[in-house]
Amino acid sequence: MKRHLLEAGDLDRADATLVLDTAGQIESALAGREVKKLPTLRGRTVVNLFYEDSTRTRISFELAAKRLSADVINFSAKGSSVSKGESLKDTALTLEAMGSDAIVIRHQASGAPHRLARWVKGSVVNAGDGTHEHPTQALLDAYTIRQRLGRLDGVRVVIVGDVLHSRVARSNVWLLSTLGAEVTLVAPPTLLPVGVGSWPVAVGYDLDAVLPKADVVMMLRVQAERMNASFFPSAREYSRRYGLDGRRMAALPDDAIVMHPGPMNRGMEIAAEVADSARSTIVDQVGNGVSVRMAVLYLLLGGAPE
Amino acid sequence: MSTLITGARPYGEDAVDLLLVDGVITAIGTDLSADGAQVVDAAGLVALPGLVDLHTHLREPGREDAETVETGSRAAALGGFTAVHAMANTDPVADTAGVVEQVWRLGQEAGLVDVVPVGAVTVGLRGERLAELGAMADSAARVRVFSDDGHCVADPALMRRALEYVKALDGVVAQHAEEPRLTVGAQMNEGDRSARLGLAGWPAAAEEAVIARDVLLAGHVGARLHVCHVSTAGSVEILRWAKSRGVQVTAEVTPHHLLLTDECAETYDPVFKVNPPLRTDADVQALRAGLADGTIDAVATDHAPHAVEDKESEWASARPGMLGLEQALSIVVQTMVEPGLLDWRGVADRMSVRPAAIGRLETHGRPLAVGEPANLLLLDPTHRATVDPAALASRSRNSPYAGRELPGRVVATFLRGVATVMDGKAQK
Repeated sequence: MKRHLLEAGDLDRADATLVLDTAGQIESALAGREVKKLPTLRGRTVVNLFYEDSTRTRISFELAAKRLSADVINFSAKGSSVSKGESLKDTALTLEAMGSDAIVIRHQASGAPHRLARWVKGSVVNAGDGTHEHPTQALLDAYTIRQRLGRLDGVRVVIVGDVLHSRVARSNVWLLSTLGAEVTLVAPPTLLPVGVGSWPVAVGYDLDAVLPKADVVMMLRVQAERMNASFFPSAREYSRRYGLDGRRMAALPDDAIVMHPGPMNRGMEIAAEVADSARSTIVDQVGNGVSVRMAVLYLLLGGAPE
Repeated sequence: MSTLITGARPYGEDAVDLLLVDGVITAIGTDLSADGAQVVDAAGLVALPGLVDLHTHLREPGREDAETVETGSRAAALGGFTAVHAMANTDPVADTAGVVEQVWRLGQEAGLVDVVPVGAVTVGLRGERLAELGAMADSAARVRVFSDDGHCVADPALMRRALEYVKALDGVVAQHAEEPRLTVGAQMNEGDRSARLGLAGWPAAAEEAVIARDVLLAGHVGARLHVCHVSTAGSVEILRWAKSRGVQVTAEVTPHHLLLTDECAETYDPVFKVNPPLRTDADVQALRAGLADGTIDAVATDHAPHAVEDKESEWASARPGMLGLEQALSIVVQTMVEPGLLDWRGVADRMSVRPAAIGRLETHGRPLAVGEPANLLLLDPTHRATVDPAALASRSRNSPYAGRELPGRVVATFLRGVATVMDGKAQK
């Protein structure tokens, strides 16, 4: 493993598999225990440095670190570091001076974790940077797919929605490809980046055409602000063409699963009947997120195995 | 006051001596007599006319922490320049006779290069109404180049009026070609790399669309148009077409667009953030070819100093721009001379003769000949050195060439016969 987890490309197939296997071992080790805690990172300090609101990701990382017995500091610095006065670099050096061993960073600027990694000696974990990547989300998605389908190699994954602005999509494209899955992106052309042709994926505009051959459908959240910028004519039209409703779900193979990184816009990209169906892994994803993040922190900080 | 330069090779040709007396080249020949003149041994050095930059940000008034007219002038002299055009996006904006005269006077006081102010096209660079272009032209600063650089004159009707109006001033509008609606939030060239890096894309079409519009307008009203920092292959094509139709259009390319590509963005180090952004290798090749065949008239630095805190940040919040004055000639040697795309006369043409003509400077861009102003530089083309930003004369450190080994060293620069640089050191 590299010292940092900045993007999915930092993980080769062996590393990625190691993270998933470690997450599985951690989950088994904790299963049935009354005290869901391992002493592995006792005495180590993990800082959650969040420049954007993200309750679920922050809680997931916080829980992961605490279950490994690390000391956790939550540093919320919402807003641009520059506009708020202190620079990212000064904040980073301050945290390091306080003895942080790892910084988990969420930032609205793509590449902020990469900059941070050049300024600090400890490990940096990207918890979502702008429209770039969110590698632990991809890891928990991969873990969930493997858990439900028993494999990743050759699994056909369809990612649907706002790929252009999605760090979840980018991380999944690279990680799932590394792990041997076949990824197809489906979106209106306005929500696909120019340059998507260089990615190791298939690209389509027609959701109905790909559903019968999908093992996994991953629905991306559509941000409200996209609706006012002519990325598509209306929420209703988007939902008609790219939303996953019960009728479309019926076109999926029997054992196919439906994923969503949350938070969902029910009725927009995903219908309630789909989100709440047996195919949905949305709740599993949240739980698996903690195990996968425990594995990442454990492997990066090199805690002695129990 | 007289100086005898011995053994220099004008335009890289046969070695001769040049005698500079009272700011004029008074004799060129072999075995000239020193006759009391200070002798400069230039054996092996290439002599070129002093370079002229059409596009320099000196930051004064307003951001003297990033650069001043004096520090920028020193960087320019060290780069072999004898004249630089100071862009108008200062604070206050150079949109009145008062501000352009202030900048001009600061340049005279520094005395290292001729600082030629550029006037803003519109009041406050806001793109709403014309600044008093005539007053700036008639001022002591004698403004001939007008630009809202940093901002595009996006309103087509306003651009048309500006082009027409400056005809009466023998002026030129230097357009920063960027359709603003296509570049909202843009961070880097739009393409494969922006898609992967998750940085909002700056499409080539946003530059090309404005250039296409403006050459049509310039042709229609019979005015001079200059295009700043051309960065794409498509722009070169449009310029080639416009010139073939007889449109009075000129264009510049920056050293960094001749050398660097958007690959540099992969580090997310904002020292490589610039506007227009670094493009692809295909664009770089097209720009070099365009400069070689004259479609692009000039190399202009777009020297853009920034304080450390404006660059030592995450990419999106960093200011765009990079230093260029001190390495410009070296980059041209590496990208154009060494590959055989330009000879030394070509370098003199693109870095001195044509930019001086575009800016209507009468005493710069002149040939190395008897009776001409003694504005020249001496270059050691064989010297190679690694760029150390800490050693630069600029007040800022945002050089994208840090750690790169580049060819060519400016040994001396003469402004009206007076050495502003000697032995690679600024003389004041």
